[in-house]
Amino acid sequence: MEIFWVLCIPLFGGLMLAVFGMRRYAPELNSAMSFCTFAAAAALTARVISSGSFSAWDEQFFVDAFNVFLVSLTAFVGFTTSLFSRPYMRIEHDHGKLSANRLRLYYSMYQLFSFTMLLALLTNNMGILWVAMEAATLTTVLLVSLYRTPASIEAAWKYFILCGVGLAQALFGTILLYFAAEKILGAGGNALLWTHLNAVKTQLEPTVLSLSFVFLLVGYGTKVGLAPLHNWLPDAHAEGPTPVSAVLSGLLLNVALYAVVRSKVLVDGALGTHFAGNFMMGFGLFSVVMAAFFLSRQKDVKRMFAYSSIEHMGLMTFAFGMGGPVATFAGLLHMTVHSLTKSAIFFAVGHAAQKSGTQLMDGIRGLIKTNPTIGWGMALGTLAILGMPPFGVFTSEFMILTTAMHSYPWAMPFLLIALGVAFASIFGRMQLMVFGETGGQRLPHPPALIPVFVHLALVLLLGLYIPPYLAEWYRQATALIG
Amino acid sequence: MGIPFSGQLINMCAALLLLIAFAMLSQRRILSLINLFALQGLILAFSTAVVAYTSNQHHLYTSAALTLLLKAMILPWILHRLIRKLDIKWDVETLFNIPTIMLVGLVLVVFAFNLAAPISQMAGTITKSTLGIAMASVLLSFLMMITRSKAVPQVVGFLAMENGLFFAATSATYGMPMVVELGIALDVLVGMFILGIFFFQIRVAFDSLDLHHMEKLKEN
Repeated sequence: MEIFWVLCIPLFGGLMLAVFGMRRYAPELNSAMSFCTFAAAAALTARVISSGSFSAWDEQFFVDAFNVFLVSLTAFVGFTTSLFSRPYMRIEHDHGKLSANRLRLYYSMYQLFSFTMLLALLTNNMGILWVAMEAATLTTVLLVSLYRTPASIEAAWKYFILCGVGLAQALFGTILLYFAAEKILGAGGNALLWTHLNAVKTQLEPTVLSLSFVFLLVGYGTKVGLAPLHNWLPDAHAEGPTPVSAVLSGLLLNVALYAVVRSKVLVDGALGTHFAGNFMMGFGLFSVVMAAFFLSRQKDVKRMFAYSSIEHMGLMTFAFGMGGPVATFAGLLHMTVHSLTKSAIFFAVGHAAQKSGTQLMDGIRGLIKTNPTIGWGMALGTLAILGMPPFGVFTSEFMILTTAMHSYPWAMPFLLIALGVAFASIFGRMQLMVFGETGGQRLPHPPALIPVFVHLALVLLLGLYIPPYLAEWYRQATALIG
Repeated sequence: MGIPFSGQLINMCAALLLLIAFAMLSQRRILSLINLFALQGLILAFSTAVVAYTSNQHHLYTSAALTLLLKAMILPWILHRLIRKLDIKWDVETLFNIPTIMLVGLVLVVFAFNLAAPISQMAGTITKSTLGIAMASVLLSFLMMITRSKAVPQVVGFLAMENGLFFAATSATYGMPMVVELGIALDVLVGMFILGIFFFQIRVAFDSLDLHHMEKLKEN
């Protein structure tokens, strides 16, 4: 029943905002819908805490330790982002960048986008997972091009074509998966149910599954933003409205990585080797290194943090690729803290860019003088994402690095150099933006910065103390993923 | 006569699909390209129906009907309307090096057959020999997307790739589960609408549907 509410509220919200989205109260309505989704997700979480994992509707949907925390994270960040977008979109409207009709499109698509992500997380069917991922692309394409500037349209076109082609590969991977599954489970809808596949994974044909995994990894990996398939990501993040950058970075990339890891579990079972892990480690390491060097050359603040997302997604992929109890645990923790931190940074960056009237870092100066909360939010968020203790990112990165040092020492120099380069370039620029001389004007609506500090407080908390049930989910999921 | 009549029919359809994929690769006129795409949808629907009849898989009749409706009628109709409204019906694209593109296409076909060989040996369907062709048409559509610089042909290539994937699913496993197929069809339809809106946005922003104008967002 909780699953029904988690999925129905955003779907209904999307339809309702398609009608009422141009009204003055639309931002509040959007936040209210997101809050209801979050409440439903909290009820779902409570049920999982009290009675463990379960499935619903002839096993079409299911919740286990691996997706429950992602569902609550998605609903939570979806809610806080809707709070942030309330003043943000009003300011954009006042600046004349968006008409009432565009806002209607924005609110409606925002809800539908939440729906597609939650559907992708909750469905048990690998085919529906693909359908939901494709639908998530479709809903965000119009959000990326919301400003209708040439650059935003170019970014959205690139996003559409690259992710479309990428997901076509994933569809082929899914067909191959079904082909292998059908032999064991028989034809029909149930052969693509993940729980059924997981039960018979050792009997699946190894050659077909390894081929299938390559296609699935390349396909969903495009959406994760793994290099060299990442080209759409910085453009889409930089040209879309900031709340969209926040949910793309914080949530969509996680959902895509979730799809990859679910496939990895099946392939590992069928092959009994480290085949899938090696692929993921390769892609992950390459993304980390590549992103760190591109990151140092950026002039646009949102582009820089987009590259930082590629770097972190690469690090998670690398962690899941290494496997083993510590690295997988760290990967799951990193998914959580990266999502919280990166969306907080985008909130702060969004208001900073609005204040300065530009996204170029040269134009953003002295935030801490004119608007201390934005400045502090950005400074603390940046420190957190760079892996400074005691924030949670430090904990997960430390665990990933120690495992790598122990099992794959050859990867250490690459990782350390990349993290060092990223640290030096982001930290230096953050200092100039936060401190330094300034001359900006005040924003017409008070910025919503509570979400920034709530997110950062949670990241800090996760760095110091992980709640027992969360740790238990991570452990169970780790046992599942291997 | 080693192969029954229905099998020959399916193989013929597969051969026609491959021919159409090559024809699309070299077709420069937008209008003809869309007609080729509609023809591809029609043959796909017909061959799916033949497979359904021969193998007694009743759900495939639904897929065939869906394909006929969506890929042979609705999508081409939308595309026709779009090019009429955008006034690019008689546009001719300059394609360089068609012979080279064709040669690359041939290499891709050989590659696709090699890739498909181990899988089709394991398949128990009567259509297993056509899996190679399905993969080849996916790769050829991909090549077409790379070589085109205008928005509409790129989208036709994208849709043709989806057709190829559908054909692959029918050849290897008698189609995906119905719920998944419906979901995919919905995604394709919604995607087409969004792309339709998009063409107009591109046109307003760049005064043209030529994607060469889009080269601002680059790493320097």
